[in-house]
Amino acid sequence: MDLIIDITLLTFLGITALAINRIDKLFCVIMLSGLYSLLCASLFVTMDAVDVAFTEAAVGTGIVTVLLLSTIGATDTQQRSAPHRPLLALLVVCTTGAILVYGTMDMPAYGDPEAPVHQHVAPRYLNESLHEVGPPNIVTSILASYRGIDTLGETVVIFTAGLSVVGLIGFRGMQKFGDRKRAAGITGDDMDEHLVLRIIIKIFIPLILLFALYVQFHGDYGPGGGFQAGVIFASGFIFYTLMYGLDKAMQVIAPRVLGYIGALGVLIYGGVGVATMLLGGNFLDYNVLMHDPLHGQHLGIFLVELGVGLTVFSIMLLIFFAFSSRKGLRQ
Amino acid sequence: METMLSWISTLCIGLGVFLGVTGAVGIFRLPNFFTRLHAASITDSGCAFLILFGLMLQSGLTIPTVKLCFILIFLLISSPTATHALAKTALDCGAEPTPHLHEER
Amino acid sequence: MIGITHIYAGACLALLAIMGITIFRAILGPSAFDRVMAVNMFGTKTVLLLSLLGFLSGRPDFLDIALVYALVNFLSTIAILRFFEGRTSVAVEEDPAGGAPSTKASSSEE
Repeated sequence: MDLIIDITLLTFLGITALAINRIDKLFCVIMLSGLYSLLCASLFVTMDAVDVAFTEAAVGTGIVTVLLLSTIGATDTQQRSAPHRPLLALLVVCTTGAILVYGTMDMPAYGDPEAPVHQHVAPRYLNESLHEVGPPNIVTSILASYRGIDTLGETVVIFTAGLSVVGLIGFRGMQKFGDRKRAAGITGDDMDEHLVLRIIIKIFIPLILLFALYVQFHGDYGPGGGFQAGVIFASGFIFYTLMYGLDKAMQVIAPRVLGYIGALGVLIYGGVGVATMLLGGNFLDYNVLMHDPLHGQHLGIFLVELGVGLTVFSIMLLIFFAFSSRKGLRQ
Repeated sequence: METMLSWISTLCIGLGVFLGVTGAVGIFRLPNFFTRLHAASITDSGCAFLILFGLMLQSGLTIPTVKLCFILIFLLISSPTATHALAKTALDCGAEPTPHLHEER
Repeated sequence: MIGITHIYAGACLALLAIMGITIFRAILGPSAFDRVMAVNMFGTKTVLLLSLLGFLSGRPDFLDIALVYALVNFLSTIAILRFFEGRTSVAVEEDPAGGAPSTKASSSEE
């Protein structure tokens, strides 16, 4: 049964990938890539990787589609045909692919408990996580506690991405809110004719934000955590922006405030590490945060997930604002 | 009582699957965008409601039932809204609801 | 006797078949709106498939993921439709014979 589902989903994935390759209308490619992301997330679910599926769904289908649409709003919507046929490149890629496939024949079977990757730290994490760290969700305990420094690196990477986008694209043209011509695009200003959508979305936005908070704090017990919560929180604001326009959205939460929140998230994460050093432990060693190691771990994981959630939310929204405001320059 | 509940939920899931297959055949065979949209949206809402209701009956009075209820409410509200938005935008962009059918084949 | 897990498995297979036909329409659909409709329907069917898979494997955690899928599906549909507001010619006159619709110039529909 699982085999049939896996084979079917992989076949769909292959068909979609081929279609993405062959179609040159970029708009259809974007929609098909949203479909591809849904298929990938379903495959992750069948492989029991629920946190990864969560993130893939929230980011790949939601945020990336919206960002790509903003991008092709500023560029052409038809792919330019290649000036030559790259046969040599095709040959190189096929040869490399064949060698890689030949290499995978030596790999252990999927899920084999004797595989080398399951021999060193994995049994320690699985056996000791519950009484060393605490949360029932082992993915959270690995991400936030055992591999906390890696997650700090990821948070800084997201923050750097936001810095780069703001530095490269910026918010030119959005200084004066009043006297901008109505720009057609993903965040247009003609709202009067979309009564049904406006009302429905106005009802949904608080529920979406509440669900994001649920995902943030439920990450200890089920799939969820800081990344997914930040992305869903940003999706709520993106809903608002789509229906009410970029000007009003920037009045609700200005880009400068978003920059501060992003920096605050990284600061919280790094600050926890420095605090643990000042209290006598190693960097990001949560045991010393409170009188009892388990309580210390609980507090530490809570704080770092908060930091991650704040940074991801603000940077996603910042990048979306930057891309959308660019469209306003093409009059 | 247990088998009665199982029978009802089996019936619901079966009807939902039947509606879904009908919708799939509809978007495959119908000639025009608006007719396909009609088939897709109606069967989509019906299929989602019946399958989720069947699952809710199956899981009793637990937390998954509450989550299924949330999913159901969200799908029931957002799916027709998306259809409305799609039809409205298509009409604004010039797609014709009643083309001359002899030109379609 | 057919147990409830067999019902779940049968429903999963039927949903996979439906999703296949929907992908077909997404790749084939002559106008862009056909594709948007197909992707939206695919998203809803994925939500149902995930709920069924959750019950089939006995893990109710999947329902959180199903809820997120419903959400992001709605978000991407609305985003695509907002994108269409100013671009009349992209949506309707899609010509698979390779004509180049002038999409860049039609950015404002005044």
